[in-house]
Amino acid sequence: MDVLLEGLREALGLLLSGDPYVWQIIARSLQVSGGAVILGLLVGIPLGTWLGLARFPGRGLAVALVNTGLALPPVVVGLFVYVLLSRQGPLGGLGWLYTPSAMIAAQFVLAAPYVAAITLAAVGSVPPELRLQARALGASRWQALLLHLREARLSLMAAVAAGFGAVISEVGAVMMVGGNVRGETRVMTTAIMLETRRGRFATAMALGLILLAFAFAANAFITRVQQAQPRRRRPLTS
Amino acid sequence: MENAKQAASGVPLLEGVKLIRSYDGRRVVDVEWIEIRAGEVLALLGPNGAGKSTLVRLLAALEAPDAGRVLYKGRDVAHDDPALRRAAAALLQRPYLWRGTVAQNVEFGLKTRRLPAAKRRARVRAALEAVGVAHLEDAPVDTLSGGEAQRVALARALALEPEILFLDEPTADLDVTVRRRLVADLERIVRHSAPAIVLITHDPGEAFALADRVAVMEEGQIVQTGTPADIFEAPATEFVASFTGAEFMLSGRLENAEEGTVIVRLDSGQTLECAGCGEAGRRVRVAYRPEDVVIALPGSSATSARNRFPATLARLHPQGGLVRLRLESDGLSLEAVITRHALEDLGLVVGTPVVAQIKASALHVFPT
Amino acid sequence: MSPADSFKLALALIFALVSCSTGTHEIVLASTTSTEDSGLFEALLPAFRRAHPDYRVRVIAVGSGEALRLAERGDADVVLAHSPRAEEKFMAAGHGESQRPVMFNDFVIVGPEADGAAISGLRDAASALARIASSSARFVSRGDDSGTHAKEREFWATAGVEPEGSWYVETGQGIGAVLMMASEKQAYTLTDRGTYLSLRDQLLLTVLMEGDPALRNQYSVIVVRAASNLDGARAFARWITAPAAQKLIGEFGLERFGRQLFAPNAGRR
Repeated sequence: MDVLLEGLREALGLLLSGDPYVWQIIARSLQVSGGAVILGLLVGIPLGTWLGLARFPGRGLAVALVNTGLALPPVVVGLFVYVLLSRQGPLGGLGWLYTPSAMIAAQFVLAAPYVAAITLAAVGSVPPELRLQARALGASRWQALLLHLREARLSLMAAVAAGFGAVISEVGAVMMVGGNVRGETRVMTTAIMLETRRGRFATAMALGLILLAFAFAANAFITRVQQAQPRRRRPLTS
Repeated sequence: MENAKQAASGVPLLEGVKLIRSYDGRRVVDVEWIEIRAGEVLALLGPNGAGKSTLVRLLAALEAPDAGRVLYKGRDVAHDDPALRRAAAALLQRPYLWRGTVAQNVEFGLKTRRLPAAKRRARVRAALEAVGVAHLEDAPVDTLSGGEAQRVALARALALEPEILFLDEPTADLDVTVRRRLVADLERIVRHSAPAIVLITHDPGEAFALADRVAVMEEGQIVQTGTPADIFEAPATEFVASFTGAEFMLSGRLENAEEGTVIVRLDSGQTLECAGCGEAGRRVRVAYRPEDVVIALPGSSATSARNRFPATLARLHPQGGLVRLRLESDGLSLEAVITRHALEDLGLVVGTPVVAQIKASALHVFPT
Repeated sequence: MSPADSFKLALALIFALVSCSTGTHEIVLASTTSTEDSGLFEALLPAFRRAHPDYRVRVIAVGSGEALRLAERGDADVVLAHSPRAEEKFMAAGHGESQRPVMFNDFVIVGPEADGAAISGLRDAASALARIASSSARFVSRGDDSGTHAKEREFWATAGVEPEGSWYVETGQGIGAVLMMASEKQAYTLTDRGTYLSLRDQLLLTVLMEGDPALRNQYSVIVVRAASNLDGARAFARWITAPAAQKLIGEFGLERFGRQLFAPNAGRR
């Protein structure tokens, strides 16, 4: 118990005193996971929208694949990204391995299915007649689609939060492709592992507190969005 | 509507020719020809599933037909034709409003047409005033009642000042009182606004009250087009007759009468005189409207009605200020609608002997 | 049977089930990543099992520093470490019951074949590191308080260099991961020879500095005083320092790598 309380006290001290080691790691975490989520949005929103609205043979399979993507084990993603980026791998020439770029790439692979899956659901929850109505008022297909996405925007924000929450707390992939290099690729999760192994519990706890705060904020946001879903009018028939 | 009649002389504003549309192998629309004239109110009347909404989507270039042509001012238009899309506005069955305020919703179509902000505001205001919800301009749409939402949706379409306005069952979802007020307002709006209006409805009363012309649809086809009076007085098919309220069919056979006229010999034995009802020998069904049946007490003075049946009052069924009567006359059942006052004046109770009378011209005879 | 008794019985059953895997017959061995990564335990443990069928050994492969800390907290029964200074402190603090030498191998400094820092041919490890620091080459460090990391810091201290900057890559991972990273980055690193040899095929690294007496890497086995399975710990320490196991250690690697990876030296210093 002493270890825990002492550790918490020291952890708060580290955070409040602006310990550069701790805060640099937090900043790197935000940079990596934030970058991955932004890339994930760029791919996941169009993909999810397309899967949510288009009708084509094999769509069911594509949707199942996206949903499987939600359960992608980070270490497996880490493995594939590692092999791709390693010196002997096809993308070895990029020189990305053990850099934040590699970590963003790996977390992007983890985040994109989240964004796509939630976008898919969000887009599907808006009645398709809304787009038809927009077009019936002279909107182009593109304008109608934007309106449709705008209607789903709360859920789309939840997609951002869910994707971010998923990758910021992920450790397997970033450890493998980032290498936990101090000052470069050390993020909260890998640092917590290392500092715990080294017995520096205070540092680990300081990072753990921040990580918890992020995870909590992301989930609180998602919960709020889900509760704020307005009642929908009945779908149109005939 | 005078100006509508005048405008009708030229090229139709919009025409649909041999339009066919199927979903999953089921033919939903199969329309030989339909025209919409500038400034007129055309009601598309039919039961749910008759293909009215689909026909409107085809005519509004929102959906491509499997076959057939849509002509806008005599010019063939493709699916998504920009000129027609700008000229037309459609209001779908339910008021699909998007999140935001009433003003933001009404502004939508104007924005897509890249109207400057000042003009947009003026048009939004005018449209909201026209439908009587100007006070709701800044209200978030999720605070609106069903009737208000429908009015806002209507304003959203009117703000575009379209040449053609499609209204898909604008009152379908509303309570009776809200609905009655909206129909009254719609009547005022359609009389005072320039666009041609295509009103989809399954309610004959609404169609007859609002429309210059009515096109009746059944299973994807237009079975009769005409003025409300045409449709009401001379339904072209049994379906039109029954759908417009003449639900009571009597079966019989046409026979030659002495004076060279043709009469109907009902299966129950009675004969009916009818006007221009066809060749003798054919089996027919006869429709009439319950409100055309006149009730008299036996022995009362003769009337002009050619068909008179002594009958007994079998059942009374009050309907507001009216009473629906079931009359039995030697195996022939007839329905009649009279006012409560008439019921009291005549002192009718179940079992009272009466004489039921129907004018020959009120009968609609259909070969089977 | 009262509900309270049922509850106690259920608890007892659960504990019985759980302790099937963590019972008194299990020996928790905290060891260094080098012994795990080189595959030594895979060769040794089956023999231990044959000799002591009652015991099962669970290996926790961590850095030497962490291994000792685990032991201090009583989370390990026996430690195989190679961090003499840390071990000394551990024994002095009374955490260990006994400490016996088991084997040694040597550290080597590996790097890219091109050897940009030109350390090949230098006499001692400290000056090699100094040369690396003053060149533009990169050096990958364990950075995890492990035995290898401790050794590395000794050399920096000797060389009078405070390693810092983007050329000095502190990774905080095990030796296997460090070697992979050094290979990918074409950087230098300090490694035990055994792990290097066992991974050599996957690495684009070559041995550039060896033979300095300071590079000797001594492994010791320590029986932890607070061990929960003290008998098992003692049995393991006795077994690994006895002739049969010492012979196995001496032979390990001969077949696969064509050379000895660890030199047994139990009973000698």
